Parts: sequence; C-alpha cells; structure tokens
Amino acid sequence: MPEAGAGMTDSEAASSMIHLEHVYLALGDAPILKDVSLDLNKGETGVILGSSGSGKTTILRLLLGLYRPDSGRVFVNGDEVSAMGEDDLYRVRGMMGMVFQGGALFDSLTVGENVAYRLTERDELDDEEVETRVRKSLGFVGLEDSIDLMPAELSGGMKKRVAIARGIAASPKMMLYDEPTAGLDPINSFNVIRLIKKLKESEGVTSVVVTHDLVAAFEVADRIAFIHEGELVYVGDRDGVLACRDTRVHEFLGRSGCVALFSGNGAPAGYSMSGIGRDKV
Amino acid sequence: METPVSLFADKAKLFVHEVQEFSRLCWAGLTGIFKRPRYVREVIYQMDVIGVGSIPIIILTGIFTGMVLALQTSVQLKIFGASMYVGKVVAKSMVSELGPVLASLMVAGRVGSGIAAELGSMVDTEQIDAMKVEGSDPIKKLVVPRLIACVLMLPLLTVIADAVGLFGGQLIAVYQLRIDSAFYWSSAFDILDYRDVIPGLVKPAFFGFIIAMVGSHQGLTTHGGTVGVGRSTTESVVYSSISILASDFFITKFFLYIL
Repeated sequence: MPEAGAGMTDSEAASSMIHLEHVYLALGDAPILKDVSLDLNKGETGVILGSSGSGKTTILRLLLGLYRPDSGRVFVNGDEVSAMGEDDLYRVRGMMGMVFQGGALFDSLTVGENVAYRLTERDELDDEEVETRVRKSLGFVGLEDSIDLMPAELSGGMKKRVAIARGIAASPKMMLYDEPTAGLDPINSFNVIRLIKKLKESEGVTSVVVTHDLVAAFEVADRIAFIHEGELVYVGDRDGVLACRDTRVHEFLGRSGCVALFSGNGAPAGYSMSGIGRDKV
Repeated sequence: METPVSLFADKAKLFVHEVQEFSRLCWAGLTGIFKRPRYVREVIYQMDVIGVGSIPIIILTGIFTGMVLALQTSVQLKIFGASMYVGKVVAKSMVSELGPVLASLMVAGRVGSGIAAELGSMVDTEQIDAMKVEGSDPIKKLVVPRLIACVLMLPLLTVIADAVGLFGGQLIAVYQLRIDSAFYWSSAFDILDYRDVIPGLVKPAFFGFIIAMVGSHQGLTTHGGTVGVGRSTTESVVYSSISILASDFFITKFFLYIL
C-alpha cells in the first residue's frame, strides 16, 4: 500500500486496485480525512489501522461511492468512483463485497436470501444456480446448515460470517471489511481472520481491512496504513509500522502492548492461529 | 459568537436544505414508479400491510365518527325540526371531509410511523448502505413500493371509512332518533354527487403520497441511533398530520373552484 505520489498518472492509478489521491473530506464542519493518498495493488490485503473516529470507515465508504470527497480523487480498479453517477457506481460496486461492522444483514430475509440478495437482484442466474452459489458461499464460511435461519437467530460471529458469505457470493474482485473482529470472542475472531486469509489465498481477492484489532491486522496484512484524526501517518509494511518512530503510531501500538508482542517473530506466541477453529471454517 | 440572527440564518438554511432533500426524494419516488426494476411482490406485500392491516382501525374510526356525528347534528337539527335529515349531514361530512381526513390521520399514525421506524432502523444498522452495495437502489426497493401502496390503498380505506361511518350514523338515526332506515339511506345518497365523491377519493390518494414520502424521508434521514429512530417516528406522524390538514384546505379550495 505505497503512498500515492502527487505526480501519479491516470494509467498508474488504473494499475492499482485502489488509488486515493489527495482526498479531503469534511462532514459538516468537522474534517474527517485530510489529504489522504494511498494505493493498494491487486491481490494484496491492506489494513487500515487507527483508533475509533480516526476516519478508517470513511475510506471504505469513499471506495464504495457512499461518500464523495470534497477534493481529491478515488479510483477503484481504474474507475474514478469519486466522479461517477449512481448508475455507474452500481456497476463498480458489483465487483466489491463489503462486510459491515454489525453485519448489516437484512432483518426480513433468511440467511440464504441474504446471501442470494445480489444474485437475485441481478437476475442473471436461474434459481438452481443461485442456490448452488449460496450453498457454496455458506459452505466457505461453515454455515451451510444455517441457510433457513433468520438473522435475529444468529450470534455476532455467525452474522459476520454470513456477511462474508454474502460478500463473496457474487465472486467479487475486492472485499472490504469494516472492523471484522469487533465484538467477537477470540475463537470467532480467529475464524473470521482465517476466512479473510483463505479468501485471499484461494480466490486472489484484494482486501481492505479496517480495524483497531492489532492481532487481526498483523495476521492478515500485506501492507498497513495508520490513520490518526483523518491524517495518514504511516503507509508501508508490517515490520515498518513496528519500527515507525512517529509518536502517534508508537503510542497506539505501545498502549496496545503491540510493540513488545509482535516485534521480531511474526505472530506472537499465544496468538498463533494454527489449529484454532480450523475444522469449523 | 452566535447571535439571534445567525441562529435564525442557520435554522433557515437547514429548513431550505430539508425542503430540497424532501423534494428530491419525492421526485425520485415518483419517477421510480416508471423505472425498472419493478418490485411487484414488494408492492403487493406493502398493500397488504398498509391496506389490509389498517382495516380494523379504519372501521373503528369510521363507525364512531358516524355515530357521534349523527348524535351531535341531530341535537342541532332538532331545533329546526329537521332531525330526519341527519343522513344528509352525515353523508356529506363523511364523504367529502371526515372520511378522507380521519382515515388518513389514522394511517399516518399507524403506517407513517412504521415506515419511518423501519427505514430509520435500517439506516442505523447500515442495511440501507448494504442494499446499495449489493446493487439495489433503496428508493426503488423500499420507497416506491410503499408509495404505490399508500396511494392505492388510502382511497379504498376511505371508502370503507365512509361506508362504515354512514352505517354508524344509521344506527343512531334508527335506534335513537327513530328515523326510518330506508329514508336515512335515500336522504344520504340524495345529497351526494360527483362534487363530493371525486374530491373524497382524490384527497386520500394525495394524503397517501404525503404519508409515504414523509415517513420515508424521516426514516432515510435518521441519525443518532435508537434515539434518532424514535425522533424520526414522532416527527413523521407530526409532519404528516399537519401536512394532511393543511393540504386538505387547499385541495378543498381547489375542487370548490374547478367543480
């Protein structure tokens, strides 16, 4: 996730999966993002770290075209989403899956109908093919037996996994995750983290993970961006963020016990994901 | 430092912004009726929820309104020795004014608040954003079916309210005022003509539009979590009720002018 240079051309922007160029956004009088520029290459998993209210989720909303920047440009797979009309945005969103913080499952639909939602809206596949895809997606997240349950009958971890299944049902090129492990117990967190990694390894899906969960971040990240009060403080690889001397980064990692926990040896002892919940996923 | 003038200016700007957003939503809702995809099943479902589901309160509202109307007017008509014409008063009042307005106010309370609460909860739990991400336009998927259902069902509910109100009036006329039932009905229908019936059916369709759009606007602009959902629900009922009463005056004036 190299920081985008001011002189980046449109063709260079097109080669990245994600390209934010000097993005500034304020909601009301409050600035949310201040001159944010970053890139993510195809097939990579980028993690946006930062404390609550720092503007992480806003970046996801910009990528989806749910917000428009006050200034600057946002590209997804070469398309400038910040300049698109709503009809074109639906086309671009069609190649993205999104896992919202609370799952955002449709209350009135069953798990199966939630997962099938995009497929039935597109109306391109017959019912049999839709059901096959739904079962495959639910199988991927280990919830094939929950197809007829309502969202209200699911635990928090199951909701997140159904949301992932919904996101991947239409074979997206890119997945966006908003705090995928927030509010989950360690086992469910590990299951979700494993799914994110599995999706990248098996399907080559580009992923953007917004989190303040450092364990999750360091498990899945190819690249890390750290954002503080709307300002991009660090963009680089995982080892780089541990070595970063910026006081804001250091304070965030230090207070989380992260520097001591992670420095040197990859995932720390006790946080290894091997063997945990593997059979369930 | 904030002065009274700057505060007023901020409020005025906010009001203009709200009017603009509401107008845009109304336009998107109206044009959405004619655009694909069409969610026919959703429309039928909403017609059932909004229309069939409102029948019990419409019947109760209609019958008691008709009864109290007959009771009150009979006292006044008795002074002039004209209490046998109570059917005319009940019919004229119910069909041209009370039926449309009271049915709409009841539906505003029951359905408008429900629309605001449902859409507001969906905003709060990011389901509206999820819908956009999953490829649906929330206006076409959520607002348009509710709009169609309200506009189609309100006139039908009004017809029920009118009929039940006339029946309620008949109960008082026959059992308390000792008026012949056939005379009551013939005098009631004699007084009615197209100048009562047309406005009496056009008004509720327009009120249905108000209820659907105000409820949807309040729901889709919800912010502030569950407190915000509660606020949207309350405001939806208040704004729709006031809009119904105010627009009733102008629609009546309009029809009196053209018919």
